[in-house]
Amino acid sequence: MRIELERRGGVSPLFSILSPIIALALTVVVGAIMFAMLGKNPASALYSFFIEPLLETWSLHELAIKAAPLILIGAGLTICYRSNNWNIGAEGQFIIGAIAGSILPVLFPEWTSPVVLPLMLLMGMAGGALYAGIPALLKTRFNTNEILTSLMLVYIAQLFLDWLVRGPWRDPGGFNFPVTRDFGANAILPEVISSGRANYGFVFAIVAAVALWFLMRYTLKGFEIAVLGQSERAGRFAGFSARRMIWFSMLLSGALAGLAGISEVSGAIGKLQPVISPGYGFTAIIVAFLGRLNPLGVIISGLVLGLTYLGGEAVQVSLGISDKVVRVFQGLLLFFVLSCDTLIHYKIRLIMPGTAEGRG
Amino acid sequence: MGIFEAILLSVITASTPLVIAACGELIAERSGVLNLGVEGMMVMGAVIAFMATTATGSPYIGVLAGIAGGAVFSLLFGFLTLTLVANQVATGLALTILGIGVSGMLGEAYVGQPGIKLQPIDIPLLADIPVIGPLLFKQDLIFYLSVVLVVGINWFLFRSRAGLKLRAVGDSHSSAHALGVSVIRTRYLAVMFGGACAGLAGAQLSLVYTPQWVENMTAGRGWIALALVVFASWRPWRVVAGGYLFGAVSISQLHAQAFGIGIPSQFLSALPYAATIIVLVLISRNRRTTLINTPASLGKSFVPDR
Repeated sequence: MRIELERRGGVSPLFSILSPIIALALTVVVGAIMFAMLGKNPASALYSFFIEPLLETWSLHELAIKAAPLILIGAGLTICYRSNNWNIGAEGQFIIGAIAGSILPVLFPEWTSPVVLPLMLLMGMAGGALYAGIPALLKTRFNTNEILTSLMLVYIAQLFLDWLVRGPWRDPGGFNFPVTRDFGANAILPEVISSGRANYGFVFAIVAAVALWFLMRYTLKGFEIAVLGQSERAGRFAGFSARRMIWFSMLLSGALAGLAGISEVSGAIGKLQPVISPGYGFTAIIVAFLGRLNPLGVIISGLVLGLTYLGGEAVQVSLGISDKVVRVFQGLLLFFVLSCDTLIHYKIRLIMPGTAEGRG
Repeated sequence: MGIFEAILLSVITASTPLVIAACGELIAERSGVLNLGVEGMMVMGAVIAFMATTATGSPYIGVLAGIAGGAVFSLLFGFLTLTLVANQVATGLALTILGIGVSGMLGEAYVGQPGIKLQPIDIPLLADIPVIGPLLFKQDLIFYLSVVLVVGINWFLFRSRAGLKLRAVGDSHSSAHALGVSVIRTRYLAVMFGGACAGLAGAQLSLVYTPQWVENMTAGRGWIALALVVFASWRPWRVVAGGYLFGAVSISQLHAQAFGIGIPSQFLSALPYAATIIVLVLISRNRRTTLINTPASLGKSFVPDR
């Protein structure tokens, strides 16, 4: 049996919508098989993984907390990937954003003005943008591949954070634990509604995603992003600068990753510690693709991927399944999304050996 | 054995997985396929090699299992990018994410278990040469394989007919297709070769470098191998030079710590990553030479006309 692709006349609108749904369904099926192989009842495992976290108020709040950074980062990455700039170092920009934003509450805890929190958020965005500026600079100035440089910078950021919280920023009254002092009340991102922990990070995420959707859909900049992404040459004829687009997309996605970082630290954790992210920056890559590189789609896919984190915790508690299962689910999901996207541009034909076509 | 020899020996051990993984990726990229999943295939090779070794008691079976595991895992990438023409960058990332996840799950039961080290094999006579003998001829099987690999792919690429076809596929898949070369089959084989090499490199980590299983034990080496291929301008001998340079950098941090140099350990640990960036900048600075050396069809999907 052979698989052949036949190019469609245009983009299939049906499969544009169906492809992420098929991918999700396939992931669930493979997940069920995996749970069965682990000796668990697949139905109850899937129930506690995907349904149970949605049934209680507190866990919906947790979902918002987990989804916020994914949507923020993922929305920024759609701009990058649409314009053919492969920033895969959002995890590092998240960390540097968190560090930059934490300068005030860690080094100047006595300063309790109401401007502290807005300043922290701005500094977080600036930190993330500057850190993403490194691969942008190297790409524009020295033609260096941004995939590798942005990724290497993740490792450097992680080590830098580790050094900070074990060294100069360690809480003097913290019994030698590698954490900074707790942020003061004025440096904590407030909760949105009184029923639970979800903080304004989620609001930022929705606002950012809608704003970027507007940018892509209704502005010249959005057109520029799409044209340069599909063909740099065509973009040049239209007078668009690929070089400026590298800067724009990298700084924008870096700033959003930085905002996600400082929101996470200020909203959900309340201090800096050696590890502040369960891989949000990498998971957001999946979010961007599952959302079909559309900022509005990213809101939905961010919630779905946020759910996998909660589901992982849930099956660990209720069924004793390793939380490593989360990464497997996420990886599978991206695989299926990418394969289903083929259906949008191509018809797939299976050709059996022995038929006229198979011999031809 | 003096301290100098000990350092050189540790450099060789640290460099071998980089050289092996980069050689595999070099072949894949020469055929026009950019597989960013090296890290994922490597970590899969590491865990499968460790599991097979624990199950059978033989690290040699572990080595074979690591190679096979990497090759089979790379087929996923091949199917998506070659058969379904999915985006190579995104699919490579998916392979890395999936590899880290699956290896973490498979290896969970093995964390903290003592491993079995692949023992060195002395080559008769040569092993007795002073200095060079202990360094080069009292090594383990995987080191010898790395030497064979470099010599072999250099010969294959530039001296064999099949290598010429592979390069043609990487430089212009349409022309190669028009001349009757099967682009897709060539690329499948190249991808699997890359996977096998990454698996072998992973096996080196869990059977020689630190004979145990630690989650995520590749720690970015797969990405460094990718950078090495660019650094080497897609030439096997330069992979060796680059690989040993990186090995030396990553070892120097350990020795600097041992000598008590007053630099925080995190900064020293960041050295290999920083060095990767610097080297990439230096090598890609000249746009023209990069353009000449890069396989022209690298990263582009091929759908045959019908």
